[in-house]
Amino acid sequence: MIAEAGLAALWLAASMALLQLIAGLTLLRDGAGQLVPLIKPAAYVQGALSTFAFFALMWLFYDTDLSVLLVANNSHIDKPLIFKLAGTWGNHEGSMLLWVAVLSVSGAAIAFFEKRIDTKTLYATLSVQGFIALGFFAFLLFASNPFERLLPAPIEGAGLNPLLQDVGLAFHPPTLYMGYVGLSVAFSFAVGALLTNQVGPAFARAMRPWVLAAWIFLTIGIAAGSYWAYYELGWGGWWFWDPVENASLMPWLAATALLHSASVLATRNALRAWTIMLALVAFAMSMAGTFLVRSGILTSVHAFAVDPERGAFILALMLMYTGIAFVIFALRIGSVKQGEPFQLVSREGGIVANNILLSVILAVVLIGTLYPLAAEAMGDKISVGPPYFNKATVPVMVLLMLALLIGPMLRWRRDELIRIRYWLIGAAAILLLGAIVAWQLAPDIGLFPLLGIAFSLALAVAAWLPLRGRKLLRTPLPVFGMVIAHFGIAVSVFGMAAESGFSSETLTALAPGENAKVAGWEVKLNDVNPIAGDNWVAVEGDMIAAKNGNQFALHPQSRHFFTPPMQTSEAALLTRWNGQLYAVIAQPDQEGDGRWQVRLWWKPFVTFIWYGALLIAFGGAISLFGRMFRRTKKPTRNRWQS
Amino acid sequence: MRKFVPILLMLTAPVWAQGSGPTPAMANRQLADPSKEAEAMRLMHSLRCIQCQGQSIADSDASMAATMRAEVRQQISAGQKPEAIRAWMIKRYGEWVSFEPDFKGARLLLWLTPLILLLASLWLARGLFRRRT
Amino acid sequence: MKLPWLLWAPLAVTACIGGLAAYGLVVPKDEQVRSAMIGQKLPEFALPPATQGVLPLSNTDMGDGKPRLLNIFASWCIPCKAEAPHLEALKAAGVEIDGIAIRDRPEDVAAFLDEFGNPYRRIGSDSEMAVQLKLGSSGVPETYVIGADGTILFQHIGDIRAEHVPMLIEKLKSTT
Repeated sequence: MIAEAGLAALWLAASMALLQLIAGLTLLRDGAGQLVPLIKPAAYVQGALSTFAFFALMWLFYDTDLSVLLVANNSHIDKPLIFKLAGTWGNHEGSMLLWVAVLSVSGAAIAFFEKRIDTKTLYATLSVQGFIALGFFAFLLFASNPFERLLPAPIEGAGLNPLLQDVGLAFHPPTLYMGYVGLSVAFSFAVGALLTNQVGPAFARAMRPWVLAAWIFLTIGIAAGSYWAYYELGWGGWWFWDPVENASLMPWLAATALLHSASVLATRNALRAWTIMLALVAFAMSMAGTFLVRSGILTSVHAFAVDPERGAFILALMLMYTGIAFVIFALRIGSVKQGEPFQLVSREGGIVANNILLSVILAVVLIGTLYPLAAEAMGDKISVGPPYFNKATVPVMVLLMLALLIGPMLRWRRDELIRIRYWLIGAAAILLLGAIVAWQLAPDIGLFPLLGIAFSLALAVAAWLPLRGRKLLRTPLPVFGMVIAHFGIAVSVFGMAAESGFSSETLTALAPGENAKVAGWEVKLNDVNPIAGDNWVAVEGDMIAAKNGNQFALHPQSRHFFTPPMQTSEAALLTRWNGQLYAVIAQPDQEGDGRWQVRLWWKPFVTFIWYGALLIAFGGAISLFGRMFRRTKKPTRNRWQS
Repeated sequence: MRKFVPILLMLTAPVWAQGSGPTPAMANRQLADPSKEAEAMRLMHSLRCIQCQGQSIADSDASMAATMRAEVRQQISAGQKPEAIRAWMIKRYGEWVSFEPDFKGARLLLWLTPLILLLASLWLARGLFRRRT
Repeated sequence: MKLPWLLWAPLAVTACIGGLAAYGLVVPKDEQVRSAMIGQKLPEFALPPATQGVLPLSNTDMGDGKPRLLNIFASWCIPCKAEAPHLEALKAAGVEIDGIAIRDRPEDVAAFLDEFGNPYRRIGSDSEMAVQLKLGSSGVPETYVIGADGTILFQHIGDIRAEHVPMLIEKLKSTT
């Protein structure tokens, strides 16, 4: 019954989305229409119905109703409750339903809260939102119905993908999807503003919180995914430039650029066409990312739930939305007036540099990811992997860091470099000093880690400088947010550079009782024991790591899952303030000699990578809070708008 | 009991190994000379595993990756240059095995992409800035 | 705007990506990594016998004026069991087959041959997969057609099914 009710709710919600779209079309044709007043109520009802459908599915998972195909395929009676609930979205259909539910609720939220843009633009935005939702409803109902029944019902269920039985990973895909939904809202605002010719600061202000929220979710989602790969794949890597990783990075790059250009549009009424363009690209990238992950057209380590047919559906949706939006863009952007002028050396100039560099990185990642496919079409089978992406993007990232050292210090409209000469000299000194120290510590550190260390140190100082000379209590929260996020970048880059420049590695094979050394740590393998979990068995190494008289127990595992069969390694991580000891136990080494392959790494400051990412997200959250708080207190009138 | 049986199975049968033969010694041991090991490691990170196709041979548990790692370490310790070893692999498996495309033909364009894009976007952005007056 | 055509560039880029993605969906992904050694001489190797009572295999054992099949197999590989009868059929048709057992133990190879028959002239043991790597082979089972002069002429990836038997015989014939 509950499954049928959920399905009915989805159909009704889809009809609401259709109503929004049709009403929007009449609005554009006649300027008004009888249906137009229905747009807002339709958005509310759509939000309520989709939410209901999602919770209905969650109930089915909680109840382990195995007569529902999705539950039977992705759950198991033996599973712990948290993973039963996570099973709701730990599969394709459920995650799409979550996506649609959040999309619908966002539409309702815009309808309810948004007061800054004029009514016509708001209606147009909500119609576009309905249009997007409609496509996803069609996708759910025709290609991935989560409520399909299975008769007769099986007795125990197939089980969730073992890799997904990990708290971190259970929340990783939905986090990214929240980000994608946020970008779809930005897309709707952009198309709405284009259609009604209202591309200005009010539009940017209305869109900005959604971009910020999306960006926060994407940041957390990518960081979580990276940390998961780090401890689960068992070789100490945290970023592999794998197609699936690139697919999640591209929307983040676009969102980061959009965030900055939107702030120029909001405060200075410049970069109008470019901001619209970025909003369209950001959503297109999130659809493209979903397509790449789902379709499986590119080989990846992280390929779950690959389904080319559904990939085709997502591709069709992406091409439809993006295609229509770019046609509207080409036809309408000519009538969007040139924004306010500014000079090269100005805050705007810095943000333009940020946008150009981020866009170049985005394009390089996109081209590098798709290149093997294009080459294959021309009969050339090649691989494009980490060496290419590192060499092609890191120099651009260095330029980006350079822009970050200067940009936030500049004034809006026009400024002189001579005004910030003391900081420029200081920055140069930190860069030089940092590089010399890093080079002294490790002469064979490599150019990129060296630059990374130097720039992250300079940026760690530069990030705080915009607060200089301000009364801290009067400083708006978004400024704090920016400062913290930029500092987070310094922290993260420092972690990356230190990890790739200073890591030590020991690969060995130990029999119980033997020990190995890595970077001043002495690791002893006491014993190897078999252990069992809910639906896996493992061998667990019982290790003791000792340094300077302190001893710590380590328990790395090599896990073997049954339903479906799969091997994973669970690295044992010993976190110290200045790095992590990373221990892996792998296979028995040679037959019969009783030794086990053991891999040990000391990774200095590796945790800074993810702490930095959290700081970035935290800065974003402060900014978001500031924007929402200020709005309720005193809606600022915009000087540049008539 | 249900949980215990698989453990027994696991301890008696080599469930990990793809096959039962010995793993080449150099697959999971470092070279004695740290600079040679670093050189080998750099190369291993840029060679693609034939079996588990998304990973480099430095990041893979597959037996084929182990064999390839052993081959790389052997050749490096015999004084072979990394690029010669890459060519050795390419001779056997084609360009596909290298994660780092070479600089020939269309692939040169791939390497020049960042530069071209940077110049193109600077050219496009030039109209944004007001001249200094 | 001075360059009106530029406004359509995003649409054009989208179309290109869409076309490429559609191509990726329509054309089945070729996940096999083919050996790049086709047309080249066999690499040098000398393998010990894979179990008691079989002959060892080195590259000079092939290319002695007679074309042969080189079959790469393992006792732990399930498709290898499926292809065993078809190897027997090839042997019955007068084809000489040399074998390389990958990552195997002598007793396992012996048991495998007992159960599924021994169509091989010689079987070398490649316990560390080193020869497999030299051949540019990417897995088990694989079968190579080796010319009369020791040139690798053809690579068949995966198990040999009934329909492949005449094809392989044809390949062997056409070399002489």
